[in-house]
Amino acid sequence: MNELKAKPIYLDYQATTPTDPRVVEAMLPYFTEKFGNPHSRNHSFGWEAEDAVEVARGQVAKIIGASAKEIIFTSGATESNNLALKGVMKFYGKKKPHLITVVTEHKCVLDSARHLEQEGYKVTYLGVKENGLIDLEELKAAITDETALVSVMGVNNEIGVIQPLKEIGEICRERKVFFHTDCAQAVGKIDLDVDDMKIDLMSISGHKIYGPKGVGALYVRRRPRVRVIAQITGGGQERGMRSGTLPTPLIVGLGKACDILSNEMAEENARIEKLRDYTLQRFRDRLEDIYVNGDEHERVCGNLNISFAYVEGESLLMDIKNIAVSSGSACTSASLEPSYVLRALGVDEELAHTSLRIGIGRYTTKEELDEAVDAICTAVERLREMSPLWEMAQEGIDIKSIEWAEH
Amino acid sequence: MAYSEKLIDHYENPRNVGSMDKNESSVGTGLVGAPACGDVMKLQIKVTPEGIIEDAKFKTFGCGSAIASSSLITEWVKGKSLDEAGSIKNSQIAEELALPPVKVHCSILAEDAIKAAISDYKTKNGAADVDAAE
Repeated sequence: MNELKAKPIYLDYQATTPTDPRVVEAMLPYFTEKFGNPHSRNHSFGWEAEDAVEVARGQVAKIIGASAKEIIFTSGATESNNLALKGVMKFYGKKKPHLITVVTEHKCVLDSARHLEQEGYKVTYLGVKENGLIDLEELKAAITDETALVSVMGVNNEIGVIQPLKEIGEICRERKVFFHTDCAQAVGKIDLDVDDMKIDLMSISGHKIYGPKGVGALYVRRRPRVRVIAQITGGGQERGMRSGTLPTPLIVGLGKACDILSNEMAEENARIEKLRDYTLQRFRDRLEDIYVNGDEHERVCGNLNISFAYVEGESLLMDIKNIAVSSGSACTSASLEPSYVLRALGVDEELAHTSLRIGIGRYTTKEELDEAVDAICTAVERLREMSPLWEMAQEGIDIKSIEWAEH
Repeated sequence: MAYSEKLIDHYENPRNVGSMDKNESSVGTGLVGAPACGDVMKLQIKVTPEGIIEDAKFKTFGCGSAIASSSLITEWVKGKSLDEAGSIKNSQIAEELALPPVKVHCSILAEDAIKAAISDYKTKNGAADVDAAE
């Protein structure tokens, strides 16, 4: 192995993104000379910080077609999701104790739903089709007179598929049910408009869009008004929905990140999509038996989730130490369970163990992708030579025909 | 996860990767694990008429620890009698490779694989003959 440490290649943009230097630059003054508390009403330090927060609020609102007054700042999408689910259910739950969500949601949505269930609320978890999208008819059928909220993510973090938000919004509005969507992975990747899509609540993350970690937002519709019970109480900031002093530098950063996207998103995504298609083609030219997980068309440009059949994902990661990607396999627990998202799509468990998520983003170059594809293909070829399953496949033995002793 | 140098060496330079003709009477084959669990190990031994393992080969689908565990056990069983090979404990493998606790199941799989290979060999050659030869 190469002892000289080559520069690692980052292809995990769904996990997090580097903060754009322009964002950092915008934030810096708010750590030092413009350090005021935005809630201080009596002096210029406070007013200066408050002005900056309000500019940022407008920048965040603009990218989703909302008005600034509808944006609540939080510590990130996890908090936003918690506030949306628990906040709405606890306000409306007496009359409408039913929540609908999806099995492939992020853990923080699923876990909030579980907590609500433990408190006596009713939750329906919709399944997904083979391509990762929900069945709208199933959603329609699941809504009852007791349903208060439907929560469906915009873009899946593992497989990058885009749910039909506009259609879901129509259904919810018609049935007078609130629609929340976790858009941590969707903002900046797809066009979002809360009015056109009839979205009532939307979670936004800073660090997934080249902003800082530790900040996010929740869009809460004002007309018709959506009420939430605050999950963090105190000084009553953010119109009583989220107490705590606002972190001005982080909020300025989130605003700037949204502002950059408003101007550059279309161009950026076109470039990334080309790189993604190029990368997939290179894989397909060199390797057989590879499968893209999730719909190939209804997916964001920066996500490639591929199963490399007959090669276990974690061993593959170990072979390409220089390339930062994520594996859908989690061979680290006694249960050896692969990704719950891939399983929900009905991906065979053996294939789920062979998946990698390759995330392409703002700073990814073609040269980096060339190097990554070469390294991954070489590793796959080496590990297939070592794989008894690959050997059986070459001999024409169907591995499903064997009675395996599951352990 | 931080792996030991020995483990990484076995993963990067695995010993005895390959296959033998499973129909040959001197060859015992063990196939353990399941694709759905993310681990499948195939371990083969070639046994002399005196009951000594003269060669061993493996192929493994699984994480780095599973590959290293199978590589290591093929090294260990060569030159050993069937009884000696069958008495190798997974804990010895786990210790040698410094497997983290979540990876101990990989060493168990390697122990199961050699036991399965020995049992296959014995079945093929008639257990009584083998015992007599020992």
